[in-house]
Amino acid sequence: MIMSNTAAGDQPRIGVFVCYCGRNIASKVDVEKVRQFAEKLPNVVVSRTYKFMCSDPGQEMIQQDIKELKLNRIVVASCSPLLHEPTFRRTCAAAGLNPFYFQMANIREQVSWVTADTVAATRKASALVAAAVSRVACHTSLEKKRVPVHADVMVVGAGISGIHAALLLANAGKKVYLVEREPSIGGHMAQLDKTFPTLDCSACILTPKMSEVKNHPNITCWTLSEVEEVSGFAGNFKIKVRRNPRYIKQELCVACGQCVDVCVFKEGKVLDDFNVGLSKHKPIYMPFPQATPACVLIDPTACLKLSRGKCAQRCVEACDRKAIDFEQQVIHEEVEVGAVIIATGYQMFDARKTPEYGYGKYLNVYTMMEVERLVNAAGPTQGEVIMRDGKTPKTVGIIHCVGSRDKRHHPYCSSVCCMAALKTAHLVREHTGALVFNFYIDMRTPLKGYEEFYDRVLQEGVQFVRGRVAEVTDWAVTPAEDGKLVIRVEDTLIGVARRIPVDMVILATAMEAHHDAAELQRRFNISCSKEGWFLERHPKLAPVSTFSDGIFLAGVCQGPKDIPGSVAQAGAAAAEALMLVDKGFVEIEPNSAWIDDEVCSGCKTCVPLCPFHAITYNAQDHVSVINEALCKGCGTCVASCPSGAAQQKLFTDEQIHQEIKGVLNYV
Amino acid sequence: MKYLYYPGCSLKGTGKAYDESMVAVFQKLGMDVEELQGWNCCGATSYMSIDETKAFALIARNLALAEQQNGGEPVHLISPCAACYLGLCKAQKYIAESEELKTIIVDSLGSVGLKYTGNVKVRHPLDIFVNDLGLDKIAKCVSHPLKGLKVASYYGCLIVRPYATFDDQYNPMTMDKLMVALGAEAVDWPLKTRCCGGTLTGTVEEAGLRLSYMLLKEAAKRGANLVATACPLCQFNLECYQSKMNHDYGDHVHLPVAFFSQVMGKAFGLDRRQIGLQRLMVPVETSPAMA
Repeated sequence: MIMSNTAAGDQPRIGVFVCYCGRNIASKVDVEKVRQFAEKLPNVVVSRTYKFMCSDPGQEMIQQDIKELKLNRIVVASCSPLLHEPTFRRTCAAAGLNPFYFQMANIREQVSWVTADTVAATRKASALVAAAVSRVACHTSLEKKRVPVHADVMVVGAGISGIHAALLLANAGKKVYLVEREPSIGGHMAQLDKTFPTLDCSACILTPKMSEVKNHPNITCWTLSEVEEVSGFAGNFKIKVRRNPRYIKQELCVACGQCVDVCVFKEGKVLDDFNVGLSKHKPIYMPFPQATPACVLIDPTACLKLSRGKCAQRCVEACDRKAIDFEQQVIHEEVEVGAVIIATGYQMFDARKTPEYGYGKYLNVYTMMEVERLVNAAGPTQGEVIMRDGKTPKTVGIIHCVGSRDKRHHPYCSSVCCMAALKTAHLVREHTGALVFNFYIDMRTPLKGYEEFYDRVLQEGVQFVRGRVAEVTDWAVTPAEDGKLVIRVEDTLIGVARRIPVDMVILATAMEAHHDAAELQRRFNISCSKEGWFLERHPKLAPVSTFSDGIFLAGVCQGPKDIPGSVAQAGAAAAEALMLVDKGFVEIEPNSAWIDDEVCSGCKTCVPLCPFHAITYNAQDHVSVINEALCKGCGTCVASCPSGAAQQKLFTDEQIHQEIKGVLNYV
Repeated sequence: MKYLYYPGCSLKGTGKAYDESMVAVFQKLGMDVEELQGWNCCGATSYMSIDETKAFALIARNLALAEQQNGGEPVHLISPCAACYLGLCKAQKYIAESEELKTIIVDSLGSVGLKYTGNVKVRHPLDIFVNDLGLDKIAKCVSHPLKGLKVASYYGCLIVRPYATFDDQYNPMTMDKLMVALGAEAVDWPLKTRCCGGTLTGTVEEAGLRLSYMLLKEAAKRGANLVATACPLCQFNLECYQSKMNHDYGDHVHLPVAFFSQVMGKAFGLDRRQIGLQRLMVPVETSPAMA
């Protein structure tokens, strides 16, 4: 273990480099003043400023000073270490200095961006520089650890994003575990009839990919399954998956459907999720015709045999392949993977939360997803737009932004609904010839071919009224309104409050994070935006990475997006995962802990506290021992050690004390 | 928790039947309710639009009186009038959220020897009947179930808006449930929180009248034979202009409009004079179970 100052010469020779970051730092912090202050600090040989320290000339300046002034410690006062610590460590290494003789002072995110007063900002920046100078003096030379990585990848969620990512990885020769909690893969895209703006049949473009997943030798696909527990780290995750019973032997079932036909229930009993509750399925059922795996399943809460133990079990009789198995139990799988792609998608906003639009109160108020099933040939009405009252609508109103762009619910724009509403308008018109109104706040059709599609739907005669709808009511004030649903809206283009009677109302409900997204977030130790979407590492430059290395995001779980966006992101996530697992190793920050045998009293306090099971007790020598390969450098043992025997590289007591002293001396 | 009762000016004037029936119902339900001593006008909507700070002080005096009357202990202040209720709720919210306003109010109350600490909970009687006493207890007091009575429950625009303190903002149901507990039928009526026109009937009569007329017409169309209200101005607008509506719009609206507390009193078998039924301009006796 190298713990002494073995850099060029033992006496620290520190260079301080203060960045303007254009006006990002310089507008609040008097950068020259900070430079002058740093110059006078102990062991500081040189102190310089530069407009953009991260630029090539900036880095060259640091390298030149290391060589010419024989600097052996570097402090850069600029932005967050998250952004540029790797950059400046490389700069040091390129000049022949061990990269861990470097310390960063964050005077942008922690100072200039959050401090209004320039005097206070300059003081705080100076204090942080003093702390870094004081700390870096007792830094030591360290080496990064290389840990081999597991080449397999897990993809959580098998909607279009998960499917696409899994196929890319599998085709690149990686073994993929695809975990889906629904009985079939396919996600929301499988429910859609047509896709905008090209109006190609959703199933026609999705099912070949579903089938490819099923037949791919590199993909292990687990449906009805959920991730239970995650441990380990990038390159070496251990993941426990709970596989719920299907009560059908998947390898035997050929989805002939005879079991379903003979079930003692003549009619459907359970609201069908796939048809958004518009139909009911029997306790034994096929989720939808193209479901993958092509296999029936049994709902244990509705099945008489499974819920009450008593049933004629005609299904068992009918199945000549003996595929029905009431004894199936939950299976707990444990797998090791190098990377994880989370593609868990979204749920639809509950339209009942906007009672002013009458969903659940008036029969003929629908959500757009319900209409998607109505117009689908495999849907509950075989593709006929027949409303709950048995009639076909002659006038239809589509209300945009239901739950979106609404401070009471979700402030964000769900981004796909304008286009989806245009598509729905087109489809409903095509199926019924109805007069269709769209009620919108703003039309958002920014991507390729979208504005053209908007134009096409306008040409088709669909009506557009700009204004947020106040309410949907059955309160008729004229004979023309009798028996109709009246949409009350302020038409903001003509400045008039209007009442528009229609037969059918369609609500373009928001996309929202899954109600249990927070559980998954905790399990994978990733972050969430305040709306509940999983947070990317950087909104522009690391859009599919998370703050946990080795865990990547794809699709709507990261934020609302359409199919092209989801697929593109899935591709990016697959590439990132591939890069990690193909490299063969990960470099780990040398911040592991160690135990000083001389000091350790063998109290074992640290052993159970280690979340990575890296500490064992050596009974022979009566000391705790840390396995460096397993240590993640969380510091829990260091903080808990009563005798100070546990220490951590990059965070030694001396380094932390010196950092604190640096600030305090300044004050 | 102690209940104090703040009737407000309307309930001592045009809405006297609301006051009479409310007090009678409190008694019948065995509630220990004292009238707030020395209360003053809440300023209604008029003062608020002229000088908000002074209007808040005027309202806060009543809140301070309630604290004083209960010796500074936490107390519930019952406010049946929709305008008083909103004013009290609004004043509490604004004072709680602004230190600046709070200082002004506390100082001005202090100059007359009153204290306001925020220890008062403003309650609407509908909230108390349904959520404190409970519908079971109400149902037990019913001696004359209101069989055949079809009630359009009219909440008006103030008691659940903007502060939905005890019921849903879009589709309040408290009064509907209460009516069902009394043996009446609740008419599904989408206009239960639509404005009656308020003071417009006195200023821009045509505009106000139209709003009231639309309410009554839809209630009648949906089969209601009585409109129950929770606001003295709503009751006045809906009831007293019916002949003028019929004249102006060529219609034949004839629908009794009673305070919900009067309907309760009737179901409890109270005397018609005790609950002010004789004060109604459109005789309620023509409605089923109300004779």
